[in-house]
Amino acid sequence: MGTSTAARLGTYAVLGTFTVFALYPMAAILVTAFGSPVAGRGGVHWENFATAWTQARFGSYLLSSLIVSLSVVVLTVVLSVLAAYALGTMRFRGREGLFYLLLLGLTVPGEAVVVPLYFDLRDLGLTDTYASLIFPQVAQSVAFGVFWMRTYFASTSRGIVEASRLDGAGHWQTLWRVLLPMGRPALVTLVVLVFMWTWNEFLLARVMVVSETLRTAPLGLQFFSGRATTSVPLLAAASVLVALPIVLLYLFLQRHFIRGMVDGSVKG
Amino acid sequence: MAVGELTGRRRGGPPGEPRRIGYLYLLPALGVYGLFLLFPLLHSGWLSLFDWDGLTLGHWSGLANYRALLRTNGAGAAFGHVAVLAVFFAVLPVSVGLVVATALHRTRVRGLPFFRTALFLPQVLAMVVVAVAWQRIFAPDGVLNQVLRAVGLGSLTRAWLGDSATALFAVGIVGTWVQTGLAVVLFLGGIGKISSELFDAARLDGAGAAGEFHAVVLPALRGEIGVALTLTVIAALRTFDLVYMMTPLGGPGGSTTVPAYEIYQRAFLGGQVGVAAAIGVVITVVALAVTFLITRITGRER
Repeated sequence: MGTSTAARLGTYAVLGTFTVFALYPMAAILVTAFGSPVAGRGGVHWENFATAWTQARFGSYLLSSLIVSLSVVVLTVVLSVLAAYALGTMRFRGREGLFYLLLLGLTVPGEAVVVPLYFDLRDLGLTDTYASLIFPQVAQSVAFGVFWMRTYFASTSRGIVEASRLDGAGHWQTLWRVLLPMGRPALVTLVVLVFMWTWNEFLLARVMVVSETLRTAPLGLQFFSGRATTSVPLLAAASVLVALPIVLLYLFLQRHFIRGMVDGSVKG
Repeated sequence: MAVGELTGRRRGGPPGEPRRIGYLYLLPALGVYGLFLLFPLLHSGWLSLFDWDGLTLGHWSGLANYRALLRTNGAGAAFGHVAVLAVFFAVLPVSVGLVVATALHRTRVRGLPFFRTALFLPQVLAMVVVAVAWQRIFAPDGVLNQVLRAVGLGSLTRAWLGDSATALFAVGIVGTWVQTGLAVVLFLGGIGKISSELFDAARLDGAGAAGEFHAVVLPALRGEIGVALTLTVIAALRTFDLVYMMTPLGGPGGSTTVPAYEIYQRAFLGGQVGVAAAIGVVITVVALAVTFLITRITGRER
């Protein structure tokens, strides 16, 4: 492609500007996290992370987030795979209608259902429990999960299913022994996306959780940042702790994040 | 669906093809989805017809809560704020994304994977973390004011998030920061799929960079532009964490209230559950309408 050096330099300049714009806020928070909690002193202070972990209780908040996120991921993946298998490979009455009913969940904002959810779960005595964080998020993720996995199941060749059946495998074995092992990439994408959405979720936790022991990491960060006594480097260190698991996951499984969020968004 | 498919079970289609068992596979997902999403959605519609404080007995009020949305400054203003945010969350990132992606495509730069990773990174961060990071930047002693002072624009410095004239725009800039990477990555993928013959043809016709953009890139990216607009407009519509963290209590002079904030505030602090439910219904309808309209206009299909 015949592009001049000037054009290339221009592109680098534009690209560099936007990259700095994208990275600066994160880099700044990372640098701040190592600063001295006492204003005016220098040095690199690793102990901010330990203080945030123990004294500011982020160890406990991160554990809550992990429990909720893993539960949501496992439930969403199992339910989505089962439903998508049926919708993608079987024929039965009402299949299309049920699929569109599930697709609706891709567009319904979680913010719109949080009010009735709170009062319904309060009547059942389920607010301020892990269940009140887990099940609503499974319901919100399963729409995407079914959509995503159905695309995979529908793309697998009929021949494979037929061959598996001729080998004497039932529909259950065909799913677990044949189709799922082949669908690993699609599954990994689903897992990382649902994990990220759940890990980062804030409003539901804000509404449902009262007990400090159930506080998720984003909720903990909101409380911590609202406290007047919180020092800036400690707040930065806590922010890094909250963001780090997802950022690491992203750096290692970047293609899955991008594919899921970009391709997966091209819905129905 | 063909008649044969509907009656296939009795007539005996391909042997062993499971049919009714499909319902059993669907049941767990539909159960959780129905109980924790569809039912609350319907319940929201029901609640929106009552005057209820969340504690005592509610009173049927018909569409009064919806009429109140049109009247009250609070909730109506929140939708106005979202419209402003949509410019920052959707229009700016999509415009910038088109320019950057086109430039990247024209000049094959090195290190593209690195740039892509960096630009997309804001998309995966928790909004509460994003809020903490940007709060520091906009703070009175933050880097934005420092830069302004350094370049002799000290008169412009202010508490960006504490000033009712700038708070909403400051939140908007953060939205642009979050969404631009998504647009760039989406458009880069789209441009990559355009056949090089189209570019060659445009060049043979003597089209410059701008001509090529209008004749080749823009039409080919219609679908991707639609996806980007849908995702980012809905992200703007759903904004909560960012304004709740960065500008507490609806911001200075209520200048950064958004529908999700109104829902939270009215249902859980203000004792106006019916109005909150009505706002929830409205944002659901708007989200569906936005998705439908943008899909229609850009004709994206899959």
